[in-house]
Amino acid sequence: MTEHQIVVIGGGPAGMAAAVAAYDQGVTDVAIIDREAELGGILRQCIHNGFGLYKLGRELTGPEYAAVYQAQVVQRGIRVYPDTMVTNLTKDRIITARNRQGILQIKAGAVILAMGCRERSRGALNICGTRPAGIYSAGTAQKFINCLGYSVGKRVVILGSGDIGLIMARRLSLEGAKVEAVCEILPYSGGLTRNIVQCLEDFGIPLYLSHTVAEIHGKDRVEGVTIAQVDQNRRILEETKRYIPCDTLLLSCGLIPENELTRAAGIPMDPITSGALVDEHRQTQVPGIFACGNVLQVHDLVDYVSDEAETAGIGAAEYVRQELHAGRAVNTVAGNGVRYVLPQQIHTDAGCDIPLFLRVTKPFGKVRFTVRSGEEVLVKLTCPKAAPGEMVRIQVKADMLAKVTDAVTVELEELA
Amino acid sequence: MKRSLVCIICPRGCSLCVEGSGNDMKVSGNSCAKGARYAVDECTHPVRTVTSIVRVSNREDTMVSVKTSVPIPKEHIFDAMEIIRDLTAEAPVHIGDILCPAVFGADVIATKDIF
Repeated sequence: MTEHQIVVIGGGPAGMAAAVAAYDQGVTDVAIIDREAELGGILRQCIHNGFGLYKLGRELTGPEYAAVYQAQVVQRGIRVYPDTMVTNLTKDRIITARNRQGILQIKAGAVILAMGCRERSRGALNICGTRPAGIYSAGTAQKFINCLGYSVGKRVVILGSGDIGLIMARRLSLEGAKVEAVCEILPYSGGLTRNIVQCLEDFGIPLYLSHTVAEIHGKDRVEGVTIAQVDQNRRILEETKRYIPCDTLLLSCGLIPENELTRAAGIPMDPITSGALVDEHRQTQVPGIFACGNVLQVHDLVDYVSDEAETAGIGAAEYVRQELHAGRAVNTVAGNGVRYVLPQQIHTDAGCDIPLFLRVTKPFGKVRFTVRSGEEVLVKLTCPKAAPGEMVRIQVKADMLAKVTDAVTVELEELA
Repeated sequence: MKRSLVCIICPRGCSLCVEGSGNDMKVSGNSCAKGARYAVDECTHPVRTVTSIVRVSNREDTMVSVKTSVPIPKEHIFDAMEIIRDLTAEAPVHIGDILCPAVFGADVIATKDIF
Protein backbone atom coordinates (compact mmCIF):
# COMPACT_ATOMS: atom_id res chain seq x y z
CA MET A 1 0.00 0.00 0.00
CA THR A 2 1.24 3.49 -0.89
CA GLU A 3 1.59 5.91 2.01
CA HIS A 4 1.54 9.70 2.18
CA GLN A 5 1.70 12.00 5.18
CA ILE A 6 -1.21 14.07 3.86
CA VAL A 7 -3.63 13.23 1.05
CA VAL A 8 -5.93 15.91 -0.34
CA ILE A 9 -9.02 14.63 -2.16
CA GLY A 10 -9.95 17.10 -4.89
CA GLY A 11 -7.64 19.41 -6.88
CA GLY A 12 -9.84 22.48 -7.20
CA PRO A 13 -9.15 25.78 -5.44
CA ALA A 14 -9.68 24.26 -1.98
CA GLY A 15 -7.50 21.21 -2.59
CA MET A 16 -4.62 23.16 -4.12
CA ALA A 17 -4.55 25.82 -1.38
CA ALA A 18 -4.79 23.18 1.36
CA ALA A 19 -1.94 21.12 -0.11
CA VAL A 20 0.30 24.17 -0.49
CA ALA A 21 -0.43 25.38 3.06
CA ALA A 22 0.29 21.92 4.52
CA TYR A 23 3.56 21.69 2.58
CA ASP A 24 4.61 25.14 3.75
CA GLN A 25 4.18 23.93 7.35
CA GLY A 26 7.01 21.51 6.69
CA VAL A 27 5.03 18.37 5.82
CA THR A 28 6.56 17.71 2.44
CA ASP A 29 4.94 14.37 1.57
CA VAL A 30 1.62 15.80 0.37
CA ALA A 31 -0.44 14.31 -2.48
CA ILE A 32 -3.51 15.58 -4.34
CA ILE A 33 -5.94 13.14 -5.97
CA ASP A 34 -8.26 14.53 -8.66
CA ARG A 35 -10.64 12.88 -11.10
CA GLU A 36 -9.84 15.38 -13.88
CA ALA A 37 -6.73 15.40 -16.03
CA GLU A 38 -5.71 18.84 -14.79
CA LEU A 39 -5.84 20.72 -11.51
CA GLY A 40 -8.16 23.69 -11.10
CA GLY A 41 -11.60 22.14 -10.70
CA ILE A 42 -14.57 24.27 -11.67
CA LEU A 43 -12.35 27.38 -11.96
CA ARG A 44 -11.21 26.08 -15.35
CA GLN A 45 -14.68 26.67 -16.80
CA CYS A 46 -15.29 29.99 -15.00
CA ILE A 47 -13.69 32.15 -17.68
CA HIS A 48 -15.24 35.40 -16.37
CA ASN A 49 -13.26 37.83 -14.25
CA GLY A 50 -13.74 38.93 -10.66
CA PHE A 51 -11.62 36.33 -8.84
CA GLY A 52 -8.74 37.10 -6.53
CA LEU A 53 -9.53 40.69 -5.49
CA TYR A 54 -9.37 39.84 -1.78
CA LYS A 55 -6.84 37.03 -1.74
CA LEU A 56 -4.36 38.12 -4.41
CA GLY A 57 -5.11 41.85 -4.64
CA ARG A 58 -5.80 41.75 -8.39
CA GLU A 59 -8.72 40.82 -10.57
CA LEU A 60 -8.30 37.54 -12.42
CA THR A 61 -10.40 35.13 -14.45
CA GLY A 62 -11.06 31.64 -13.07
CA PRO A 63 -8.36 29.87 -15.12
CA GLU A 64 -5.82 32.54 -14.14
CA TYR A 65 -6.69 32.17 -10.44
CA ALA A 66 -6.30 28.40 -10.74
CA ALA A 67 -2.96 28.83 -12.52
CA VAL A 68 -1.56 30.84 -9.58
CA TYR A 69 -2.15 27.92 -7.21
CA GLN A 70 -1.26 25.27 -9.77
CA ALA A 71 2.15 26.90 -10.13
CA GLN A 72 2.61 26.75 -6.34
CA VAL A 73 1.73 23.03 -6.35
CA VAL A 74 4.19 22.31 -9.15
CA GLN A 75 6.93 24.46 -7.61
CA ARG A 76 6.77 22.48 -4.36
CA GLY A 77 6.81 19.14 -6.12
CA ILE A 78 3.52 18.13 -4.54
CA ARG A 79 2.53 14.71 -5.91
CA VAL A 80 -0.61 14.82 -8.07
CA TYR A 81 -2.68 11.78 -9.06
CA PRO A 82 -4.63 13.00 -12.11
CA ASP A 83 -7.56 11.17 -13.76
CA THR A 84 -8.02 9.32 -10.50
CA MET A 85 -11.38 8.81 -8.80
CA VAL A 86 -11.52 8.14 -5.08
CA THR A 87 -14.20 5.55 -4.42
CA ASN A 88 -13.85 4.96 -0.70
CA LEU A 89 -12.44 6.43 2.48
CA THR A 90 -12.30 4.75 5.87
CA LYS A 91 -12.17 6.18 9.39
CA ASP A 92 -8.55 5.08 9.71
CA ARG A 93 -7.69 7.05 6.56
CA ILE A 94 -7.30 4.32 3.97
CA ILE A 95 -8.23 5.67 0.56
CA THR A 96 -9.36 3.48 -2.32
CA ALA A 97 -9.08 5.07 -5.76
CA ARG A 98 -9.08 3.95 -9.36
CA ASN A 99 -7.48 5.17 -12.55
CA ARG A 100 -6.16 3.69 -15.81
CA GLN A 101 -3.47 1.80 -13.92
CA GLY A 102 -6.06 0.01 -11.81
CA ILE A 103 -7.07 0.22 -8.19
CA LEU A 104 -4.91 2.11 -5.69
CA GLN A 105 -4.90 1.87 -1.93
CA ILE A 106 -3.31 4.76 -0.11
CA LYS A 107 -2.75 5.12 3.62
CA ALA A 108 -2.72 8.75 4.72
CA GLY A 109 -1.40 10.30 7.92
CA ALA A 110 -4.10 12.94 7.49
CA VAL A 111 -6.81 13.44 4.87
CA ILE A 112 -8.20 16.76 3.61
CA LEU A 113 -11.60 16.54 1.96
CA ALA A 114 -11.90 19.11 -0.85
CA MET A 115 -14.37 17.53 -3.27
CA GLY A 116 -16.51 20.62 -3.87
CA CYS A 117 -20.11 20.50 -5.01
CA ARG A 118 -22.32 19.23 -7.75
CA GLU A 119 -25.41 20.97 -9.09
CA ARG A 120 -29.00 20.24 -8.15
CA SER A 121 -30.60 18.51 -11.14
CA ARG A 122 -34.05 18.55 -12.68
CA GLY A 123 -34.94 15.31 -10.89
CA ALA A 124 -34.42 16.99 -7.53
CA LEU A 125 -36.60 19.96 -8.53
CA ASN A 126 -39.76 18.06 -9.54
CA ILE A 127 -40.56 20.14 -12.63
CA CYS A 128 -43.58 18.83 -14.58
CA GLY A 129 -43.56 18.12 -18.31
CA THR A 130 -41.74 16.12 -20.92
CA ARG A 131 -38.09 15.04 -20.96
CA PRO A 132 -36.65 16.57 -24.13
CA ALA A 133 -33.05 17.50 -24.94
CA GLY A 134 -32.03 21.06 -24.11
CA ILE A 135 -32.22 20.98 -20.31
CA TYR A 136 -28.85 21.61 -18.69
CA SER A 137 -27.58 22.48 -15.28
CA ALA A 138 -25.91 25.89 -15.60
CA GLY A 139 -22.46 24.51 -14.84
CA THR A 140 -22.77 21.77 -17.45
CA ALA A 141 -23.72 24.35 -20.06
CA GLN A 142 -20.77 26.45 -18.88
CA LYS A 143 -18.39 23.54 -19.43
CA PHE A 144 -19.84 22.77 -22.88
CA ILE A 145 -19.48 26.39 -24.01
CA ASN A 146 -16.28 27.50 -22.32
CA CYS A 147 -14.14 24.36 -22.38
CA LEU A 148 -15.43 22.39 -25.37
CA GLY A 149 -16.74 25.19 -27.59
CA TYR A 150 -20.23 23.77 -28.11
CA SER A 151 -23.31 25.96 -28.37
CA VAL A 152 -26.13 24.82 -26.05
CA GLY A 153 -29.05 26.79 -27.53
CA LYS A 154 -30.38 29.98 -29.08
CA ARG A 155 -33.40 30.94 -26.95
CA VAL A 156 -32.88 30.32 -23.29
CA VAL A 157 -34.79 30.47 -20.02
CA ILE A 158 -32.80 30.22 -16.80
CA LEU A 159 -34.31 28.93 -13.57
CA GLY A 160 -32.47 30.16 -10.50
CA SER A 161 -30.67 33.45 -9.95
CA GLY A 162 -27.60 32.25 -8.11
CA ASP A 163 -24.30 33.57 -9.41
CA ILE A 164 -23.76 30.71 -11.88
CA GLY A 165 -27.16 31.35 -13.49
CA LEU A 166 -26.43 35.07 -13.76
CA ILE A 167 -22.95 34.53 -15.19
CA MET A 168 -24.40 32.12 -17.77
CA ALA A 169 -27.10 34.62 -18.76
CA ARG A 170 -24.33 37.03 -19.75
CA ARG A 171 -22.19 34.38 -21.37
CA LEU A 172 -25.04 33.09 -23.55
CA SER A 173 -25.96 36.67 -24.53
CA LEU A 174 -22.37 37.34 -25.60
CA GLU A 175 -22.43 34.16 -27.69
CA GLY A 176 -25.49 35.45 -29.54
CA ALA A 177 -28.25 33.55 -27.74
CA LYS A 178 -31.38 35.34 -26.54
CA VAL A 179 -31.97 34.90 -22.83
CA GLU A 180 -35.72 35.35 -22.43
CA ALA A 181 -35.92 35.35 -18.66
CA VAL A 182 -34.29 34.44 -15.38
CA CYS A 183 -36.84 33.05 -12.89
CA GLU A 184 -36.16 32.95 -9.15
CA ILE A 185 -38.56 31.10 -6.86
CA LEU A 186 -37.54 33.19 -3.83
CA PRO A 187 -38.60 36.84 -3.46
CA TYR A 188 -34.91 37.84 -3.66
CA SER A 189 -31.88 36.78 -5.70
CA GLY A 190 -29.18 34.65 -4.12
CA GLY A 191 -26.59 36.17 -6.45
CA LEU A 192 -24.27 39.11 -5.83
CA THR A 193 -25.80 42.49 -6.67
CA ARG A 194 -22.87 43.26 -8.96
CA ASN A 195 -23.80 40.21 -11.04
CA ILE A 196 -27.41 41.32 -11.37
CA VAL A 197 -26.09 44.62 -12.71
CA GLN A 198 -23.33 43.41 -15.04
CA CYS A 199 -24.95 40.15 -16.20
CA LEU A 200 -28.66 40.98 -16.45
CA GLU A 201 -29.14 44.76 -16.55
CA ASP A 202 -26.26 45.29 -18.99
CA PHE A 203 -27.99 42.91 -21.42
CA GLY A 204 -31.62 43.85 -20.76
CA ILE A 205 -32.51 40.40 -19.37
CA PRO A 206 -35.62 40.37 -17.14
CA LEU A 207 -35.40 38.83 -13.64
CA TYR A 208 -38.72 37.48 -12.36
CA LEU A 209 -38.65 37.07 -8.59
CA SER A 210 -41.11 34.67 -6.88
CA HIS A 211 -41.39 32.85 -10.21
CA THR A 212 -40.63 29.29 -11.23
CA VAL A 213 -40.85 26.98 -14.22
CA ALA A 214 -44.16 25.16 -13.89
CA GLU A 215 -43.84 22.92 -16.94
CA ILE A 216 -41.39 21.97 -19.67
CA HIS A 217 -42.75 21.46 -23.22
CA GLY A 218 -41.30 19.67 -26.26
CA LYS A 219 -40.87 16.11 -27.46
CA ASP A 220 -37.33 15.72 -28.78
CA ARG A 221 -36.07 19.22 -28.00
CA VAL A 222 -37.33 21.85 -25.56
CA GLU A 223 -39.97 23.95 -27.37
CA GLY A 224 -40.94 26.17 -24.48
CA VAL A 225 -41.58 26.45 -20.78
CA THR A 226 -44.54 27.60 -18.74
CA ILE A 227 -43.45 29.98 -16.02
CA ALA A 228 -45.63 31.08 -13.13
CA GLN A 229 -45.58 33.21 -10.03
CA VAL A 230 -45.54 31.46 -6.65
CA ASP A 231 -47.10 32.41 -3.31
CA GLN A 232 -45.13 32.73 -0.07
CA ASN A 233 -45.31 28.95 0.35
CA ARG A 234 -43.77 28.53 -3.11
CA ARG A 235 -47.05 27.17 -4.52
CA ILE A 236 -47.76 27.96 -8.15
CA LEU A 237 -50.48 30.59 -8.77
CA GLU A 238 -52.43 29.06 -11.67
CA GLU A 239 -53.72 32.38 -13.01
CA THR A 240 -50.18 33.70 -13.49
CA LYS A 241 -49.03 30.88 -15.79
CA ARG A 242 -47.53 32.04 -19.05
CA TYR A 243 -45.79 30.29 -21.93
CA ILE A 244 -42.32 31.30 -23.13
CA PRO A 245 -41.05 29.69 -26.36
CA CYS A 246 -37.42 28.60 -25.99
CA ASP A 247 -35.10 25.77 -27.01
CA THR A 248 -33.03 25.59 -23.85
CA LEU A 249 -33.63 25.60 -20.10
CA LEU A 250 -30.72 26.14 -17.71
CA LEU A 251 -31.05 25.13 -14.07
CA SER A 252 -29.09 27.13 -11.53
CA CYS A 253 -30.87 25.91 -8.43
CA GLY A 254 -28.24 25.38 -5.83
CA LEU A 255 -25.17 23.31 -5.12
CA ILE A 256 -24.95 20.05 -3.23
CA PRO A 257 -21.67 19.30 -1.44
CA GLU A 258 -20.28 15.99 -2.74
CA ASN A 259 -19.98 14.22 0.58
CA GLU A 260 -20.32 10.56 -0.39
CA LEU A 261 -16.78 9.84 0.86
CA THR A 262 -17.42 11.80 4.03
CA ARG A 263 -20.45 9.64 4.77
CA ALA A 264 -18.58 6.47 3.81
CA ALA A 265 -16.01 7.27 6.49
CA GLY A 266 -18.81 7.70 9.03
CA ILE A 267 -18.05 11.38 9.61
CA PRO A 268 -20.89 13.20 11.41
CA MET A 269 -22.61 15.79 9.20
CA ASP A 270 -24.41 19.09 9.68
CA PRO A 271 -27.91 18.85 8.16
CA ILE A 272 -27.97 22.60 7.41
CA THR A 273 -24.64 22.99 5.59
CA SER A 274 -24.78 19.41 4.19
CA GLY A 275 -21.09 19.29 5.07
CA ALA A 276 -19.12 17.73 7.91
CA LEU A 277 -19.22 19.07 11.45
CA VAL A 278 -15.82 20.69 12.03
CA ASP A 279 -13.79 22.61 14.59
CA GLU A 280 -11.79 25.80 14.00
CA HIS A 281 -8.98 23.81 12.33
CA ARG A 282 -11.60 22.36 9.94
CA GLN A 283 -11.02 18.97 11.52
CA THR A 284 -14.08 16.71 11.35
CA GLN A 285 -15.19 14.61 14.30
CA VAL A 286 -13.04 11.77 12.95
CA PRO A 287 -9.48 12.63 14.04
CA GLY A 288 -7.05 13.27 11.17
CA ILE A 289 -9.74 13.96 8.58
CA PHE A 290 -10.24 17.63 7.65
CA ALA A 291 -12.63 19.34 5.23
CA CYS A 292 -12.59 22.68 3.43
CA GLY A 293 -14.07 24.62 0.55
CA ASN A 294 -17.48 24.01 -0.97
CA VAL A 295 -17.67 20.42 0.24
CA LEU A 296 -17.81 21.86 3.76
CA GLN A 297 -20.00 24.91 3.15
CA VAL A 298 -20.96 26.63 -0.10
CA HIS A 299 -18.91 29.83 -0.35
CA ASP A 300 -19.66 33.11 -2.15
CA LEU A 301 -16.13 33.71 -3.39
CA VAL A 302 -13.20 31.49 -4.28
CA ASP A 303 -10.98 33.84 -2.27
CA TYR A 304 -12.71 32.64 0.90
CA VAL A 305 -12.38 29.01 -0.24
CA SER A 306 -8.62 29.46 -0.47
CA ASP A 307 -8.53 31.01 3.02
CA GLU A 308 -10.51 28.16 4.54
CA ALA A 309 -8.37 25.59 2.75
CA GLU A 310 -5.21 27.11 4.23
CA THR A 311 -6.71 26.71 7.70
CA ALA A 312 -7.41 23.03 6.96
CA GLY A 313 -3.95 22.52 5.45
CA ILE A 314 -2.23 24.01 8.51
CA GLY A 315 -4.47 21.92 10.79
CA ALA A 316 -3.64 18.71 8.94
CA ALA A 317 0.09 19.46 9.10
CA GLU A 318 -0.16 20.06 12.87
CA TYR A 319 -2.09 16.80 13.23
CA VAL A 320 0.61 14.86 11.39
CA ARG A 321 3.24 16.43 13.66
CA GLN A 322 1.01 15.63 16.67
CA GLU A 323 0.85 19.32 17.54
CA LEU A 324 -2.81 20.00 16.87
CA HIS A 325 -4.41 21.78 19.79
CA ALA A 326 -7.34 19.93 21.34
CA GLY A 327 -8.37 21.41 24.64
CA ARG A 328 -11.65 22.66 26.04
CA ALA A 329 -14.26 22.43 23.29
CA VAL A 330 -17.67 24.09 23.12
CA ASN A 331 -20.34 24.02 20.42
CA THR A 332 -21.47 27.01 18.41
CA VAL A 333 -25.19 27.64 18.01
CA ALA A 334 -27.16 29.54 15.36
CA GLY A 335 -29.55 31.84 17.23
CA ASN A 336 -32.25 34.23 16.03
CA GLY A 337 -31.96 35.14 12.33
CA VAL A 338 -28.87 32.96 11.79
CA ARG A 339 -29.10 29.87 9.59
CA TYR A 340 -25.82 28.23 10.56
CA VAL A 341 -22.49 28.94 12.22
CA LEU A 342 -19.25 27.30 11.13
CA PRO A 343 -17.10 25.90 12.74
CA GLN A 344 -19.70 24.01 14.74
CA GLN A 345 -17.22 23.41 17.55
CA ILE A 346 -14.39 25.62 18.86
CA HIS A 347 -11.55 25.20 21.33
CA THR A 348 -11.70 28.13 23.67
CA ASP A 349 -8.37 27.74 25.48
CA ALA A 350 -5.97 27.79 22.52
CA GLY A 351 -5.01 31.44 22.97
CA CYS A 352 -5.90 32.30 19.35
CA ASP A 353 -8.59 34.47 17.83
CA ILE A 354 -11.21 32.38 16.04
CA PRO A 355 -13.26 33.65 13.09
CA LEU A 356 -16.87 32.44 12.93
CA PHE A 357 -18.62 32.18 9.56
CA LEU A 358 -22.37 32.34 9.24
CA ARG A 359 -25.32 32.99 6.99
CA VAL A 360 -28.55 34.76 7.86
CA THR A 361 -32.01 33.26 7.28
CA LYS A 362 -33.41 36.00 5.01
CA PRO A 363 -32.52 39.49 3.77
CA PHE A 364 -32.31 42.08 6.55
CA GLY A 365 -31.67 45.81 6.66
CA LYS A 366 -29.33 47.14 9.32
CA VAL A 367 -28.59 44.43 11.87
CA ARG A 368 -26.51 43.89 14.97
CA PHE A 369 -24.92 40.50 15.49
CA THR A 370 -24.21 39.39 19.04
CA VAL A 371 -21.88 36.53 19.88
CA ARG A 372 -22.45 35.39 23.45
CA SER A 373 -21.85 32.49 25.78
CA GLY A 374 -24.46 32.39 28.50
CA GLU A 375 -24.73 35.99 29.68
CA GLU A 376 -21.21 36.87 28.58
CA VAL A 377 -21.18 38.97 25.37
CA LEU A 378 -18.06 38.19 23.33
CA VAL A 379 -18.54 40.40 20.25
CA LYS A 380 -21.08 42.81 18.86
CA LEU A 381 -20.99 43.68 15.18
CA THR A 382 -23.27 46.07 13.27
CA CYS A 383 -23.78 45.65 9.51
CA PRO A 384 -25.66 48.06 7.21
CA LYS A 385 -27.39 45.05 5.59
CA ALA A 386 -27.34 41.26 5.65
CA ALA A 387 -28.50 38.74 3.06
CA PRO A 388 -28.40 34.93 2.83
CA GLY A 389 -26.17 35.23 -0.26
CA GLU A 390 -23.45 36.99 1.68
CA MET A 391 -21.49 35.04 4.25
CA VAL A 392 -20.73 36.97 7.43
CA ARG A 393 -17.40 36.66 9.24
CA ILE A 394 -17.09 37.58 12.89
CA GLN A 395 -13.73 37.42 14.64
CA VAL A 396 -13.81 36.37 18.29
CA LYS A 397 -10.78 37.48 20.27
CA ALA A 398 -8.68 35.00 22.26
CA ASP A 399 -9.10 36.89 25.54
CA MET A 400 -12.88 36.77 25.18
CA LEU A 401 -12.79 33.06 24.30
CA ALA A 402 -10.78 32.37 27.43
CA LYS A 403 -13.86 33.32 29.48
CA VAL A 404 -16.10 30.87 27.62
CA THR A 405 -17.21 27.62 29.21
CA ASP A 406 -20.63 27.20 27.63
CA ALA A 407 -21.98 26.97 24.05
CA VAL A 408 -21.35 30.08 21.92
CA THR A 409 -24.47 31.51 20.28
CA VAL A 410 -24.59 33.97 17.40
CA GLU A 411 -27.85 35.88 16.97
CA LEU A 412 -28.97 39.04 15.24
CA GLU A 413 -31.41 41.81 15.96
CA GLU A 414 -32.78 44.05 13.26
CA LEU A 415 -32.17 47.75 13.92
CA ALA A 416 -34.76 50.25 12.79
CA MET B 1 -28.86 65.23 -11.99
CA LYS B 2 -28.81 62.39 -9.45
CA ARG B 3 -28.09 58.79 -10.41
CA SER B 4 -28.05 55.59 -8.32
CA LEU B 5 -25.63 52.82 -9.23
CA VAL B 6 -24.40 49.54 -7.84
CA CYS B 7 -20.62 49.31 -7.88
CA ILE B 8 -19.36 46.26 -9.81
CA ILE B 9 -15.67 46.63 -8.95
CA CYS B 10 -15.74 44.08 -6.13
CA PRO B 11 -18.24 41.63 -4.60
CA ARG B 12 -19.18 44.11 -1.90
CA GLY B 13 -21.52 45.81 -4.38
CA CYS B 14 -21.75 49.25 -2.74
CA SER B 15 -24.80 51.37 -3.53
CA LEU B 16 -23.44 54.54 -5.11
CA CYS B 17 -25.05 57.90 -5.65
CA VAL B 18 -23.71 60.32 -8.27
CA GLU B 19 -24.70 63.98 -8.28
CA GLY B 20 -23.77 66.70 -10.77
CA SER B 21 -22.37 66.29 -14.27
CA GLY B 22 -19.30 66.92 -16.44
CA ASN B 23 -16.23 67.76 -14.40
CA ASP B 24 -18.27 68.43 -11.30
CA MET B 25 -19.49 65.02 -10.14
CA LYS B 26 -19.90 64.09 -6.51
CA VAL B 27 -19.95 60.40 -5.59
CA SER B 28 -21.26 59.07 -2.29
CA GLY B 29 -21.86 55.59 -0.88
CA ASN B 30 -18.50 54.22 -2.08
CA SER B 31 -16.13 52.43 0.31
CA CYS B 32 -12.98 53.03 -1.72
CA ALA B 33 -11.38 55.23 -4.37
CA LYS B 34 -11.98 52.62 -7.07
CA GLY B 35 -15.71 52.92 -6.43
CA ALA B 36 -15.63 56.68 -6.96
CA ARG B 37 -13.74 56.23 -10.23
CA TYR B 38 -16.18 53.53 -11.35
CA ALA B 39 -19.16 55.83 -10.69
CA VAL B 40 -17.68 58.68 -12.74
CA ASP B 41 -16.69 56.30 -15.57
CA GLU B 42 -20.13 54.69 -15.57
CA CYS B 43 -21.78 58.11 -16.00
CA THR B 44 -19.38 59.37 -18.67
CA HIS B 45 -17.96 56.38 -20.59
CA PRO B 46 -18.97 52.99 -19.13
CA VAL B 47 -16.43 50.20 -19.69
CA ARG B 48 -16.38 46.41 -19.18
CA THR B 49 -13.78 43.66 -19.39
CA VAL B 50 -14.94 41.14 -21.99
CA THR B 51 -14.12 37.45 -21.46
CA SER B 52 -14.69 34.73 -24.02
CA ILE B 53 -13.02 31.77 -25.71
CA VAL B 54 -10.98 31.12 -28.84
CA ARG B 55 -10.72 27.77 -30.61
CA VAL B 56 -7.32 26.06 -30.52
CA SER B 57 -6.85 24.87 -34.10
CA ASN B 58 -4.31 22.13 -33.45
CA ARG B 59 -6.09 20.47 -30.47
CA GLU B 60 -9.32 18.53 -30.57
CA ASP B 61 -12.32 20.08 -28.75
CA THR B 62 -10.08 22.60 -27.04
CA MET B 63 -10.83 26.23 -26.37
CA VAL B 64 -8.50 28.75 -24.78
CA SER B 65 -10.17 31.31 -22.54
CA VAL B 66 -9.39 34.97 -23.29
CA LYS B 67 -10.07 38.44 -21.94
CA THR B 68 -9.56 42.03 -22.98
CA SER B 69 -6.37 43.22 -21.28
CA VAL B 70 -8.21 46.33 -20.05
CA PRO B 71 -11.93 47.18 -19.91
CA ILE B 72 -13.34 48.39 -23.25
CA PRO B 73 -16.23 50.78 -23.98
CA LYS B 74 -19.51 49.07 -23.11
CA GLU B 75 -21.10 49.96 -26.45
CA HIS B 76 -18.43 47.94 -28.26
CA ILE B 77 -18.85 44.67 -26.31
CA PHE B 78 -20.67 42.93 -29.16
CA ASP B 79 -18.28 44.34 -31.80
CA ALA B 80 -15.40 42.93 -29.78
CA MET B 81 -17.19 39.57 -29.56
CA GLU B 82 -17.44 39.52 -33.38
CA ILE B 83 -13.67 39.95 -33.63
CA ILE B 84 -12.95 37.35 -30.91
CA ARG B 85 -15.29 34.83 -32.54
CA ASP B 86 -13.20 34.87 -35.74
CA LEU B 87 -9.87 34.29 -33.96
CA THR B 88 -8.08 30.97 -33.68
CA ALA B 89 -5.05 30.12 -31.60
CA GLU B 90 -2.33 27.56 -32.02
CA ALA B 91 -1.03 25.55 -29.07
CA PRO B 92 1.14 25.99 -27.11
CA VAL B 93 -0.62 29.07 -25.71
CA HIS B 94 0.42 30.72 -22.46
CA ILE B 95 -1.42 32.99 -20.06
CA GLY B 96 -0.89 36.58 -21.18
CA ASP B 97 -0.14 35.75 -24.85
CA ILE B 98 -1.64 38.41 -27.12
CA LEU B 99 -4.01 36.69 -29.54
CA CYS B 100 -5.23 39.92 -31.16
CA PRO B 101 -3.89 43.44 -30.54
CA ALA B 102 -5.78 46.74 -30.56
CA VAL B 103 -9.41 45.72 -30.03
CA PHE B 104 -11.17 48.92 -28.93
CA GLY B 105 -8.12 49.99 -26.97
CA ALA B 106 -7.31 46.57 -25.49
CA ASP B 107 -5.42 43.44 -26.48
CA VAL B 108 -7.21 40.11 -26.49
CA ILE B 109 -5.02 37.93 -24.26
CA ALA B 110 -5.08 34.26 -23.27
CA THR B 111 -6.13 33.44 -19.71
CA LYS B 112 -5.28 29.72 -19.79
CA ASP B 113 -2.19 27.68 -20.63
CA ILE B 114 -2.73 25.14 -23.41
CA PHE B 115 0.31 22.88 -23.83
